[in-house]
Amino acid sequence: MKTPLAIAITATAISASSAFAQEPKQGGIIDTIIQPEPPGLVLGMIQNAPTRTVAGNIYEGLLRYSTDLEPMPQLAESWEVSDDGRTWTFHLREDVSWHDGEPFTAEDVVFSADVFHRELNPSARAVLQHVESIEATDDHTVVFTLEKPFGPFLISFEAGTFTMVPKHIYEGTEFRDNEANNHPIGTGPFKFENWDRGTVIQLVKNEDYYEEDLPYLDGINWHIIPDGASRAVAYENGTVDVLPYGTVENFDIPRLTELDNTCVTEAGHEYFSPFAMLWMNNREGPTADKRFRQAVMYAMDREFARNVLWNGLGKVPLGAFGSNARFQNEELAPYDHDPERARELLDEMGYDGEEVRLLPLPYGETWTRWAEAVQQNLKEVGINVRTEATDVGGWNQRLGDWDYDLAFTYLYQYGDPALGISRTYLSSNIQKGSPWNNVEGYENEKVDELFNQAATAYPDEEREALYHEVQEILQEDVPVGWLLELGFPTIYRCDVKNLVTSGVGVNDGFKDAWLDR
Amino acid sequence: MLYARLIASRLIKAVIVLFMIIIFNFFLIQMAPGDPAAILAGEAGATDAEFLRQLTERFGLDQPLHVQLWRYVSGVAMLDFGFSYRQQVPVLDLILARLPATLLLTGTAFVLSLVLGIVAGSLAAARVKKPSGSIIMALALVFYATPLFWVALMAVVLFSVYLDWLPAYGMYTVGAGLEGFAFALDVGKHLILPATTLALFFMAIYTRMTRASMLEAAQQDFVKTARAKGLKNSVIQRRHILRNALLPIITLAGLQAGQMVGGAILTETVFAWPGIGRLMFEALQQRDYNLLLGIFFFSAALVIVFNIITDLVYRLADPRIKEAS
Repeated sequence: MKTPLAIAITATAISASSAFAQEPKQGGIIDTIIQPEPPGLVLGMIQNAPTRTVAGNIYEGLLRYSTDLEPMPQLAESWEVSDDGRTWTFHLREDVSWHDGEPFTAEDVVFSADVFHRELNPSARAVLQHVESIEATDDHTVVFTLEKPFGPFLISFEAGTFTMVPKHIYEGTEFRDNEANNHPIGTGPFKFENWDRGTVIQLVKNEDYYEEDLPYLDGINWHIIPDGASRAVAYENGTVDVLPYGTVENFDIPRLTELDNTCVTEAGHEYFSPFAMLWMNNREGPTADKRFRQAVMYAMDREFARNVLWNGLGKVPLGAFGSNARFQNEELAPYDHDPERARELLDEMGYDGEEVRLLPLPYGETWTRWAEAVQQNLKEVGINVRTEATDVGGWNQRLGDWDYDLAFTYLYQYGDPALGISRTYLSSNIQKGSPWNNVEGYENEKVDELFNQAATAYPDEEREALYHEVQEILQEDVPVGWLLELGFPTIYRCDVKNLVTSGVGVNDGFKDAWLDR
Repeated sequence: MLYARLIASRLIKAVIVLFMIIIFNFFLIQMAPGDPAAILAGEAGATDAEFLRQLTERFGLDQPLHVQLWRYVSGVAMLDFGFSYRQQVPVLDLILARLPATLLLTGTAFVLSLVLGIVAGSLAAARVKKPSGSIIMALALVFYATPLFWVALMAVVLFSVYLDWLPAYGMYTVGAGLEGFAFALDVGKHLILPATTLALFFMAIYTRMTRASMLEAAQQDFVKTARAKGLKNSVIQRRHILRNALLPIITLAGLQAGQMVGGAILTETVFAWPGIGRLMFEALQQRDYNLLLGIFFFSAALVIVFNIITDLVYRLADPRIKEAS
């Protein structure tokens, strides 16, 4: 079933492609919203979503990725890999300078990767542990030597994960206390101008940007408005032109998209592919029984959640690998909405009506309603569910302490199973204190082995076979519930052109954007 | 002289109270579930053991509780409130940056509600049996009973969306680059909706309070005497009844003034006013303990200061209190 909004998005995509024929216009300042206010703007030091979204216009990585996740040149003009898959050579652009005028060189790359990220950045560390050495062979060439081939290596150079930071500013200082953190210096199309905390973050055009004619915009104002209804009003009364993901509640979206001169797109999230899941505690209680977890999968009406709560956006997933993920096994038997089958499984295991606790995600009204819908689905097949609401802090702590039975979450997939998917299932990733690792406590030696092999197998055909096998095991074991591949709409005025041009477009989109006014 | 001694003794007491509040707040926050390192790690979307270890060490959360307490108290004694865990900025800087916006909002609302409340209350008391008096009281009841955030949202819908008279949110027009008088005017425009919304509730209370205590004072013998002297009704209302009815209003005003730092969370949120209330709410959600403790400290200090001021104003309004002490 396609809802009106899903149809509107298709229509927008068609009209967007014809807009390319127009000659871009220079000038204009764009007003948009950032929610919530980021804690800081130095990417690499802080990796949360709002920081990425704002600072993705200030900082850059070696590569960008298309909406099909193919690597595109950014600070690296070209790259090549040795036959054994262990040596990667990147050739940098020679005309790039930092916002303070210093030239950008291979030394900056070595410093960023080998010193800055190794010390500060857990998501870069996950990649860097496979890297034996990083060397600048001349001013504009960098060579990464890996211990073993690492499948997702080339997909790890996105600005938010592998940010290039200036060596001349950070070297030899205490990174987190550096004065420059209040005035970030990058190589990107926009420069930091001003941050009036609680009100606005202002970026201005980088006049010396190395790509000709870019950026078209004179600047970006990120308004900070803490209340969801007020954010919707800001778009309605014309103060802001772009509402990025997560800025308005889902139930406001159909109303806003019907306004004049309003377009919607789901694009720009392909690299992250946010995936909503239901943690199920594999350690104790009814959820420790595989049949119970399968019953939960059959009991949930995921189509309903997608069509009603998410306005028809997103996709009901087949299993552990999202449809955007590489190496998805499409042969798996799907879990359809089948309450009868769920009841059979519960009878078989002898479920006695023991109460299970469900933690909704404290991220707003949509998630609360979703938890209510799931609770009702589960009650229909006889599962006794009690919802326990928490705030973000409480939710983090409860999951970090494994104090739950069922809990909502969503995770980014980061373009490759070895970066974004295996972390949920590897037993080496069971560790108290974080809500983002193997929180469910799933342990399966075969799965560990397959995931670990697949991460360093070379070339891709070998990885594919291993990943297909692991998906079959996961499909049977259901370590977690797979709820929805989320579709996050960006709502914008139709005269903002070329807004999303990459697979991380929500974070680096303003580089190519222009105003047809 | 008497005042100087009074103030000195009050200040000494205030310091002791403040010290107890600091210690109490510290333990109160320790009891809240969720520790800041876990939340920061959670927010980052990706963590490893190393990241958690760095955070805990950096914030001193790996130290025993008494060491943390000692560090905090000795810091506060030198007006060093530490660093905000989340924003990596000194707490004092964050609070001082937000303080003017909040004081402007709550101060305006305070004056507005006090003046209009007393005027409306006096009018209602003077017209106790007339329809106009009943109308004032009915309105006061409505404002008293309506949730603040709802009034705020309705005000936005009416004045910003439909009529387009006033800005819906923020403290100034972003990107307009205004200066001097034009900037003040712009801020003034942005101030109207939030300040009025915030004032309505207290205005309703002052109205009801003023009317009730004026009606009570009107029964007193000295009012009869004044009437017997043949004074004009307006003079009796103002000089004899209102002045004697002021004490409970001063008490209430003291309480309201004490809340000026942290009392506008909802209004600041709906209108995106960059004040302390929002900062406090966000700090709470982030378990940004140092920042939260800093704001608690300022709120507590302000309550104490206004208690002292209220005491002094009592003495001005009613000379009998001075003799009693």
